[in-house]
Amino acid sequence: MAALRLLPRLLPVSRPRLVRPRSAGAPGSVPERIAEKRRAALLGGGQARLDAQHKRGKLTARERILLLLDPGSFVEYDMFVEHRCADFGMESDQNKYPGDSVVTGQGRINGRLAYVFSQDFTVFGGSLSGAHAQKICKIMDQAVMVGAPVIGLNDSGGARIQEGVESLAGYADIFLRNVLCSGVVPQISLIMGPCAGGAVYSPALTDFTFMVKDTSYLFITGPDVVKSVTNEDVTQEQLGGAKTHTAVSGVAHRAFENDVDALLNLREFFNYLPLSNRDPAPVRKCHDPSNRLVPELDTVVPMESTKAYDMVDIVHSIVDEREFFEIMPSYARNIIVGFARMNGRTVGILGNQPKVASGCLDINSSVKGARFVRFCDAFNIPLITFVDVPGFLPGTAQEYGGIIRHGAKLLFAFAEATVPKITIITRKAYGGAYDVMSSKHLRGDVNYAWPTAEVAVMGAKGAVRIIFRGKETDAEAEYVNKFANPFPAAVRGFVDDIIEPSTTRIRICRDLEVLASKTQSNPWKKHANIPL
Amino acid sequence: MAASLRQVVAGAWRQPERHLLALQCATRHSRWCLITSRTLYTAEYDPNEKTFEKLLIANRGEIACRVIKTCKKMGIKTVAIHSDVDSTAVHVKMADEAVCVGPAPTSKSYLNMDAIMEAIKKTRAQAVHPGYGFLSENKEFARRLASEGVTFIGPDTHAIQAMGDKIESKLLAKNAKVNTIPGFDGVVKDADEAVRIAREIGYPVMIKASAGGGGKGMRIAWDDEETREGFRFSSQEAASSFGDDRLLIEKFIDNPRHIEIQVLADKHDNALWLNERECSIQRRNQKVVEEAPSTFLDPDTRRAMGEQAVALAKAVKYSSAGTVEFLVDSKKNFYFLEMNTRLQVEHPITECITGLDLVQEMIRVAKGYPLRHKQADIPINGWAVECRVYAEDPYKSFGLPSIGRLSQYQEPLHVSNVRVDSGIQEGSDISIYYDPMISKLITYGSDRAEALQRMEEALDNYVIRGVTHNIALLREVIIHPRFVQGNISTKFLPDVYPDGFKGHKLTDLEKRELLAIATSLYVAEQLRSQQFLGSPRISLAKLDLNNWELSVQLGDGTYSVTVSNNGSTFSVEADGMKLNVTNEWNLASPLSSVTIDGTHRTIQCLSRDAAGNISIQFLGTVYKLRILTKLAAELSKYMPEKAVEDTTSILRSPMPGAVVAVSVKPGDLVSEGQEICVIEAMKMQNSLIAAKSGKVKAVHCKAGETVGEGDLLVELE
Repeated sequence: MAALRLLPRLLPVSRPRLVRPRSAGAPGSVPERIAEKRRAALLGGGQARLDAQHKRGKLTARERILLLLDPGSFVEYDMFVEHRCADFGMESDQNKYPGDSVVTGQGRINGRLAYVFSQDFTVFGGSLSGAHAQKICKIMDQAVMVGAPVIGLNDSGGARIQEGVESLAGYADIFLRNVLCSGVVPQISLIMGPCAGGAVYSPALTDFTFMVKDTSYLFITGPDVVKSVTNEDVTQEQLGGAKTHTAVSGVAHRAFENDVDALLNLREFFNYLPLSNRDPAPVRKCHDPSNRLVPELDTVVPMESTKAYDMVDIVHSIVDEREFFEIMPSYARNIIVGFARMNGRTVGILGNQPKVASGCLDINSSVKGARFVRFCDAFNIPLITFVDVPGFLPGTAQEYGGIIRHGAKLLFAFAEATVPKITIITRKAYGGAYDVMSSKHLRGDVNYAWPTAEVAVMGAKGAVRIIFRGKETDAEAEYVNKFANPFPAAVRGFVDDIIEPSTTRIRICRDLEVLASKTQSNPWKKHANIPL
Repeated sequence: MAASLRQVVAGAWRQPERHLLALQCATRHSRWCLITSRTLYTAEYDPNEKTFEKLLIANRGEIACRVIKTCKKMGIKTVAIHSDVDSTAVHVKMADEAVCVGPAPTSKSYLNMDAIMEAIKKTRAQAVHPGYGFLSENKEFARRLASEGVTFIGPDTHAIQAMGDKIESKLLAKNAKVNTIPGFDGVVKDADEAVRIAREIGYPVMIKASAGGGGKGMRIAWDDEETREGFRFSSQEAASSFGDDRLLIEKFIDNPRHIEIQVLADKHDNALWLNERECSIQRRNQKVVEEAPSTFLDPDTRRAMGEQAVALAKAVKYSSAGTVEFLVDSKKNFYFLEMNTRLQVEHPITECITGLDLVQEMIRVAKGYPLRHKQADIPINGWAVECRVYAEDPYKSFGLPSIGRLSQYQEPLHVSNVRVDSGIQEGSDISIYYDPMISKLITYGSDRAEALQRMEEALDNYVIRGVTHNIALLREVIIHPRFVQGNISTKFLPDVYPDGFKGHKLTDLEKRELLAIATSLYVAEQLRSQQFLGSPRISLAKLDLNNWELSVQLGDGTYSVTVSNNGSTFSVEADGMKLNVTNEWNLASPLSSVTIDGTHRTIQCLSRDAAGNISIQFLGTVYKLRILTKLAAELSKYMPEKAVEDTTSILRSPMPGAVVAVSVKPGDLVSEGQEICVIEAMKMQNSLIAAKSGKVKAVHCKAGETVGEGDLLVELE
């Protein structure tokens, strides 16, 4: 494979004299033409367009790669690939750019291998040609072969219209590989410019989609088409900006301030992930003692069971060095999901968030949780679940929206997962939602209850109203005494222990060490049929 | 002796009933703060002296813990009272018994006499220590206790009444030949009368509540208009804090020092003065830094003040510990201010220099024992300084209350000669209901310089996360040349920081030190990011990671810094100067001890993120830096500027609290400086004014609502 170690600084590279010294350096000679092509490739769509890209507050495709990867580690492929379109004047030399509208290759992030493609908006607006797609497919095939994640830096106006169906075929080739890679190597998309039309489905198929605030957009059809079809007036930002997708649609998992912030955060995020489904969850060196007590937790759950608290506080105080990379922090905020480390090992954290909608499960939070659980399960990342859930959200909006179908996804995901599963019930675990939230019954490996836990079919008030329908009774106290505590679950072995909250970190760290060698498998099947 | 006693007490407290797994925990010391904090009591307790069997502490927080501590030493069983939100508070855990006396608002719990009397009956407590604040100077409470045959640890009702009333106390002081401030002694009925009286006395005048102590309800007026405004605010606050809106107007002594004499008297006509405390460093008439002794007093003045204080105590047949506050002018003339008939917040510094345990003496006196000391036995041993560590933002009028949970909390007890009196622990809530004091940090030494040196170290080593705190201000005060020289007055803060407190100002060397520390930390973290255990499939070809070219943004400046790293040594060239930083960076520890070219610094990294933002508490002040590689810094120049919110046309709540009044409605025209609304927090009313003239676009709050810090209150067009 022809590969070039790209040196930092985007300067033309002087080539060593390799072949046929007699023609070296002569104008039109092969070495001269190689050097010329490389120079051209490094300049993308030309200096004017690079400057225009900067003016838009965006970095160029190559600058992004330099920031993302360890210094000097990028190895580029297909720098000489050119598009093959012969129509509409595209065949002229002027319209040929070495490398076409995408930069591809592999490199290292904190020493670990990653495959990267970075779409070049300065070449035909980053539009996808057959050659462009072929370059991406090449690195995806190799990524699966060696077992390393694929990172896409998207900045593309869409299909190369001049190429017609070849461009569409290119998209489909990528989609197919996205699907085949899914669950084999982690795939991450960082949207750093426009991404519209069919192009949006590639990020949608990947595991994580991140966006850059104010400069990136994702939509099926732009504001003009929307106006002509539905007569809605909407801006690009409202239709498909970072805020829309991170808070409203749930399409994107997180947004960052600008290109530099996004790429630096992506490096951090990458460190949580295993390279492939054949690698264990990474264990980074840890300075936080695994036997650290967390006295803060003994008072974190308020005495009134109706009062809210912040589950993120609990997560921060338990995990290594208070580092929690939250996924979808602005969407379905009644559940929190994200990555952290316990004694250096990556774990996936889920928790009901009592601060938002009492931490109930609804359509959006179920789907958000389910997808996260499945990612962790696919990539050997242990799951730690913090439960304080009053139940599923009632109402016509939820029922009509299919809460039954969507809630089942979370149930399915937890039940199917075979990675180590540790569950801590901090307060309420009511009704069906108790079952769903990684309960013992769904093969939870270690299930703990805090002394404040209440495992019951429902809250005492509601329960008494049903049991003693229409009768005046003071049975509420009795119900509270009987069920609003961890004992009913503990005596049946549905929780393994009732623990002091301050010892939670110690217990989890120990359990993870024990469970590191866990093996569990599901019956043979082609694939399961999750209620999509 | 103190050391062995401490161990015994600590041992008793470390019963491992709660945490079987707690054997080797590093973070536990914060929860045992009180027990392990050092004291220098030299006056021993006689275990054969009969005392109360059970004592109820009618207070919360640090002072309740402080009293319980002495009770434990004396073998007295303790009863804590608490509001429902305080049910897991430290004082509740420390006490042998605890009784809930009502919901969170103080008027329904800690001031709820019926419930407290009920608790006393239920627990059969023989005595009550009121601490300070709340019911400590409430004669009705003392009377009710007396009628139930319960001992009040404090003076007689008569003394409380006499001294509790500012007007009566002044008359008494005059009669006892104590120097008093020229002024008008009388009840003020309305604003017009206030103005008339103020003019008679001559400006400036001070207006305050007759019933209140400390700085509550106290305003200073320099002209008629301010007198009216002061009257309005003071009477409102007096009403809300004390249920008594009587006011007092007197001559305001410009540039005075606040020096107070601790007295201790028994029921046998003995009274001692335990030297002075200087409490001149105040903000809004509330004390911030106190010390004992004062740099300002000579032995003659000290004796004169002491003798007058004792004369006053005897005049009212005072028993128990009390404090006579004086204002001292630049010519060492001193004037009686008021007498506090209770244990003062700042009593520990007196304990440090005299060796007496004041709580113990109060309990003994209440039991009827005579004092064991003669005036000649009272020493001044060394020097002690106390800093009041508050949950407040010192950058807003030297301290506006902040609330939150202490997500991390570690007292600097590993520094020698440090005493921390606190009633909170990691995980405690600082709520809007109570005083925002986190703790009293006391250091002592053989002389003032040593005590201040320890204080610097203690402040640097104090870990407080989750709430905004005033450590930056405290540290700046104690290292300020004027303070170090002893050249202080109650105007110190406004004099030294006329434009408000802005944090520590770095010298060039300090700036380079900070750059060097921050970049070493950055490099240590970057290197750690590549350290994977197990089989991580890391490239065998090692990168050159020993040399780093970085760009650091600090304040308005951008600095080039190069770092080369060899083990725990980082050679840094910061802004053209070479420095060597030595530290085994522990990225999980909230505290880091760093050596820079032989200088030892303790820093705290408060936060750091992947984008290179890092905030470091250095020399007490928190600095925000952004560290990027040279490449990232170069590329950052292309990043778009984000629009910043126009803060002049919106009014946000500067602190959490309750909206008392909103003076505008949408469509109103307001002029710059006009009051828009009043927020009450921690019993202080704060008037919020318009930052510019304009028309009110929207009002997002109404009277009676509670608002959080940063909540949008009013928008202007």
